Amino acid sequence: MPWSDAFIASQQTADRQPVAGRELSYTEALNEALTLALALDPNVFVLGQGIDDPSSMFGVTKGLAEQFGAPRVFDTPLSEEGLTGICTGAAMHGLRPVYCHNRPDFLLLAFNQIVNHAAKTHYMDNGQTHVPLVIWSAIGRGWGSGAQHSQAIQGLLMSVPGLKIVMPSTPYDAKGLMLAAIADNNPVLIFEHRWLMKQYGAVPEGIYEVPIGKGVYRERGSDLSIIGTSHALALAQQALGSLKTQGISADVVDLRTLKPLDHQIILESVKKTGRALIVDTGWAIGGVCAEVACVIAENCPQSLKAPIKRVGLPDLPTPAGDTLEQYYYPSQQTMSAAILELLEA
Amino acid sequence: MVIKFPYQGSDFTACGDLVKQHTPEFLRQLFYQMLRIRRIEEAVENKYHQDQMKTPIHLVIGQEAASVGACSALKKSDVLYCGHRTHGAYLAKGGDLKGMLSEFFCRLNGCAGSRGGSMHLMDKSVGMAGSSAIVAGAVPIATGAALSIQMKGEEHVSCVFLGDAATEEGAVWESLNFAALKKLPIVYFCENNFFSVCTPLEERQPDGVEIYKKAAAFGLHSVQVDGSNVLAVRQAVAAAVARARSGEGPSFVEAQVYRWRGHGGAGDDSDSGYRDPAEVAHWQKHCPVDGYADLLLGEKRLSVQQREVMEQQINDEINAAFQHAESSPNPTEEDLYTHAYCN
Ligand SMILES: Cc1ncc(C[n+]2csc(CCOP(=O)(O)OP(=O)(O)O)c2C)c(N)n1
Repeated sequence: MPWSDAFIASQQTADRQPVAGRELSYTEALNEALTLALALDPNVFVLGQGIDDPSSMFGVTKGLAEQFGAPRVFDTPLSEEGLTGICTGAAMHGLRPVYCHNRPDFLLLAFNQIVNHAAKTHYMDNGQTHVPLVIWSAIGRGWGSGAQHSQAIQGLLMSVPGLKIVMPSTPYDAKGLMLAAIADNNPVLIFEHRWLMKQYGAVPEGIYEVPIGKGVYRERGSDLSIIGTSHALALAQQALGSLKTQGISADVVDLRTLKPLDHQIILESVKKTGRALIVDTGWAIGGVCAEVACVIAENCPQSLKAPIKRVGLPDLPTPAGDTLEQYYYPSQQTMSAAILELLEA
Repeated sequence: MVIKFPYQGSDFTACGDLVKQHTPEFLRQLFYQMLRIRRIEEAVENKYHQDQMKTPIHLVIGQEAASVGACSALKKSDVLYCGHRTHGAYLAKGGDLKGMLSEFFCRLNGCAGSRGGSMHLMDKSVGMAGSSAIVAGAVPIATGAALSIQMKGEEHVSCVFLGDAATEEGAVWESLNFAALKKLPIVYFCENNFFSVCTPLEERQPDGVEIYKKAAAFGLHSVQVDGSNVLAVRQAVAAAVARARSGEGPSFVEAQVYRWRGHGGAGDDSDSGYRDPAEVAHWQKHCPVDGYADLLLGEKRLSVQQREVMEQQINDEINAAFQHAESSPNPTEEDLYTHAYCN
């Protein structure tokens, strides 16, 4: 059972903190967001391969087809490019599709429609058409996922004008960003990480939105700024936790959204601490790490007390085997080492 | 002399019954639309060498009957998408000529604010919803429009123009499969002009496998029609539209046509060697505009004098539209930055 819940759950941090208020799992939070959106707006519909099958997108779409009926929640043929175009066309004509994929890797078949069409239409026709489209996918990792089932492709898309890119990291954000994405009139890509999806956290009932384009401080400190999203940031935060006994404190900046990128929070924090560690679940070069580093280098080089450091994936495809994987992915130790190096520099 | 793709229609020999189905006004209107497109295309072509229309053009001269016949079966509220060869679809759907020419001249008041150019003509006020310069790119989008129409319970129909080469793209078949699966209200209108730029059909698709039959195999109602015969095109598309509107699902219409000019730009380029100029001359003998005029004249649905009045009217309209476009304002630097996102 490669994708057994047990396996994913074992990757979660053991310390599940008690929270104030109602607690939901990550997938329950997403499920609730979709339920609320479907109930609120008849133009919202949800589709994807296996969306109503027993595993129903890791549970994210569980029960939606029963509750809202097949015309609004439906399984699809294996036609990623075609269906992305169909969703784009439907969005251009007043609907609000949420197209779900088990893996971002499958979006690579749909780049023509995402990059050439959904992203461009509004600008290209001088603002005459809106494309309120949400594309949701979950980054995989481990258990042989390998080169074609574990890619984190947000960096590839970051330079495409017209798109918005969201990477939640808590159940609260997952729900609030999903609702914000559905309400947004632009194409929004949401990249989840499978290893965050068994988390629990406080999630308010009802509709609320986490603003797209705004980052948030997860922690405040003085020695360095740790900047990133999703599972990479969670890992760095764990590493920071393990260094607290050494008296190290950091700003932990969760960008939440990669596009539009919140320059303000990045620069505010780095100007204060003078040291920046940028982390991402994707490849380090040419992507999120590179862009954030460039924003810092261009805007406040004089504030830097040490060279910027980035931790992402090496310039290699993901190996499938367990042992190789351990060398491939940054670990908590990698993050700790990066923090210490940055402080010593 | 090599004529690889002979005209296979019967001109207007068997059109007596079709003529009787329509009022003289309607029949003349079809002629007017075709003549108008022909004259507009010729005017654009004549001025193109002045390099003031800084946009790639893909003329539809020779293919007017397809554009006009298909659009005559659509209502204003029906939505139409097309590919890079936009002019015929846009004009036949009722798109504003001034908006089109201003777009060609890169002016702020072009139909896409100078963001699109000739390959992205649109006029939502008449249902000309848009186009894609990526071959087959608009096919799934039009299919999505049909899904939207179906989900909202609207009466409209979606239609998309695609070329023969577009049917070599996978997304077309993904779209057809989905449209047939969901019984979507859409008409796929394929203008088979036998060429993709300079590459003839037989170098791209296996001999003897007809495009419309492939669509039929996907579960669509599918027919082949003489695309130079405006009445035949109209009849085929009207039947497809009726099916779509009554919930019977998608149809595919393959109209065999021929483009008289090069793939892009002004003039015929057959002397470059990819097709025999004799083939162009052969098709010109079956001119969709003149052939239809002769039919109407013979059937006494059009007089020589009416035709002259039309020519004059079209000429005046074209002159005014060029004047409008050429005297319209250019965009400013600030205009570059609007509509990056929408609110
Ligand atoms: C995906 C893609 N590939 C290639 C091109 C370059 N291209 C533009 S038009 C064209 C020919 C298309 O032929 P067809 O679809 O039959 O339409 P026609 O030009 O004959 O009207 C090609 C190859 C493109 N625009 N998009």
